[in-house]
Amino acid sequence: MYTQALNTRDQAAPSADSEQDARFQARVDAELKIEPNDWMPEAYRRTLTRQISQHAHSEIVGMLPEGNWITRAPTLKRKAALLAKVQDEGGHGLYLYSAAETLGTSREEMVDQLLSGKAKYSSIFNYPTLTWADIGIIGWLVDGAAIMNQIPLCRCSYGPYARAMIRICKEESFHQRQGYEIMLALCRGTPEQKQMAQEALNRWWWPVLMMFGPSDKDSQHTDTTTRWKIKRFTNDELRQKFVDATVPQGHYLGLTFPDPALRLNEKTGHWDYGEIDWSEFKRVIAGDGPCNRQRMKQRRAAHENGAWVREAALAYAEKRKARERAAYAEAAE
Amino acid sequence: METPLFTYTLRLADTALILGHRLSEWVGHAPILEEDLAFGNMGLDLIGQARSLYTYAGEIEGLRRDEDALAYLRDAPAYRNLLLVEQPNGDFAATMIRQLLYAAFAHPYFGALSKSKDERLAAIAAKAVKEMAYHVRHVSEWTIRLGDGTDESHRRAQAALEELWPYTGEMFEVDRVERALIERGIAVDPATLRAIWDRTIDEVLEEATLTRPRDGFMQSGGRSGRHSEHLGFILADLQFLQRAYPGATW
Amino acid sequence: MTEKNSPLWEVFIRSRNGLAHRHVGSVHAADATMALQAARDVYTRRGEGLSIWVVPSAAITASDPADKDMMFEPTASKIYRHPTFYEVPEEVGHM
Repeated sequence: MYTQALNTRDQAAPSADSEQDARFQARVDAELKIEPNDWMPEAYRRTLTRQISQHAHSEIVGMLPEGNWITRAPTLKRKAALLAKVQDEGGHGLYLYSAAETLGTSREEMVDQLLSGKAKYSSIFNYPTLTWADIGIIGWLVDGAAIMNQIPLCRCSYGPYARAMIRICKEESFHQRQGYEIMLALCRGTPEQKQMAQEALNRWWWPVLMMFGPSDKDSQHTDTTTRWKIKRFTNDELRQKFVDATVPQGHYLGLTFPDPALRLNEKTGHWDYGEIDWSEFKRVIAGDGPCNRQRMKQRRAAHENGAWVREAALAYAEKRKARERAAYAEAAE
Repeated sequence: METPLFTYTLRLADTALILGHRLSEWVGHAPILEEDLAFGNMGLDLIGQARSLYTYAGEIEGLRRDEDALAYLRDAPAYRNLLLVEQPNGDFAATMIRQLLYAAFAHPYFGALSKSKDERLAAIAAKAVKEMAYHVRHVSEWTIRLGDGTDESHRRAQAALEELWPYTGEMFEVDRVERALIERGIAVDPATLRAIWDRTIDEVLEEATLTRPRDGFMQSGGRSGRHSEHLGFILADLQFLQRAYPGATW
Repeated sequence: MTEKNSPLWEVFIRSRNGLAHRHVGSVHAADATMALQAARDVYTRRGEGLSIWVVPSAAITASDPADKDMMFEPTASKIYRHPTFYEVPEEVGHM
């Protein structure tokens, strides 16, 4: 998902058994929340910091592809909704950075990790938004996929993360509906609009399925994060849930999915789908998606162009403090 | 034939939309994440004001043009916004100074308009006045920090002030269209706001250690459809889909 | 190119009249005035607030979870602090 890169990178090994570890695990097993000052295994702290910050980075980078269309939204209602939605994503990034900071890493460090390329973000935001229909698709599918992943995270063992996710899920409920409504308008519109919608679905469907991360048979991570109650469902479980929920919505729109193998399995009641091209997934994660360089360039530009503003704010705060001290000293005399 | 009330309402609407559009360009690119959200809020305030005003303008006109017909299907010469608000975002200082110069005017303006004899305008203004009060608060604080921050931020803020100052005169102009409405107690006479605007600006600039530019030649024309080159590019962006797919519903 | 960290502030919001301020999250800002505005822009976008407090995160002194037993256990046995500890005949009615 937004933290899918975790699945492919070094896995935090469980720390050596100790009494503290056992007590920690007992708390987690009892569904008690772990709070910032509580003792926690170093690996738990590391894994969570990485997961939450990747999640935050994804929200921030995710502002860019949709932000492309704020100035070009086709009606004032759509413009306001999209602006509010992209703004929400900034807010979600902020809540998540805050949650990660409680684990002892500053936002500045996390941002540096993103800008230096050390930290990852969701592969999905390295795909371009070429037409207005892409904005509909992002809301309907990308946010739809994100919600599948985020709802279980509301019960994550780490308190600040769980609380951030509750807030995010509450705010995000409008995002997916907003996207689906855009798709609905396109599919009920002119033949050109319908084609725009279909073409967008064709481009985004497979990358969206990749958002859930590698197939369970190829990912070893699940044990530890499941035991720690950070993750509650496997990648494939969430992916299947998403496909089952989404396919009928697409059919309602009168759209077809670009997967000849997609069919309802009468026995299981689930939608079977074709093989995902994991080489594309690995390539995009590794930096060779259509927009990786562009996205990072934009983020770096915003950061670098803003440096003088942040400096000015800090310099002013220092001056004001100094003036207050001086005034206080004078009054004391 | 445009009635004065239609033109007047459209001027207010266009100014709000174009400035909201400009601020929305920042979202995702601000110097501080917190400020991405602030730009979003200010942009949404302005776009919301524009929508109410366009809807009302369409009703006054009576030709069944809705907010989108007015926003998306008029070319630059038919746009009536202040030149100030179509000026490019520039750096963070330029955006903040532009917002300060406008908000310090719009806040008392909507305050006065909320007492208009035209009930619809009065209601729209009563909502907008609170929004603009916060804009004044927020951008004043930033102006102070930029002006009294570092040498670089001071230099940038002063440069933005010099560059944008010639666009402030237009806010206080009154033409025949507005004169008649002012006399009927519908429109606001901006002359009555001059002292308030001066005081706000002077106080903020003083605390920001910035120098108020000398009043020289003032650019004008936006409110009668003579714009700077920038508006055409804004509209090319804003109107692209409506123009490329005429008659489509979105 | 590590730049100076901007201070962290904890944000508390009173959502309705009569309720206490509740912790909702944090923001970064160079000073208190900007922290308050950031809190407004970030945490009250959906009408969540009537009043905001911001407090420098560094100003909070927290109890140590390791002291939990010493700090909070001793009260568990003081059941005489609770009204149900005392018997009042039913005939006396609600008290």
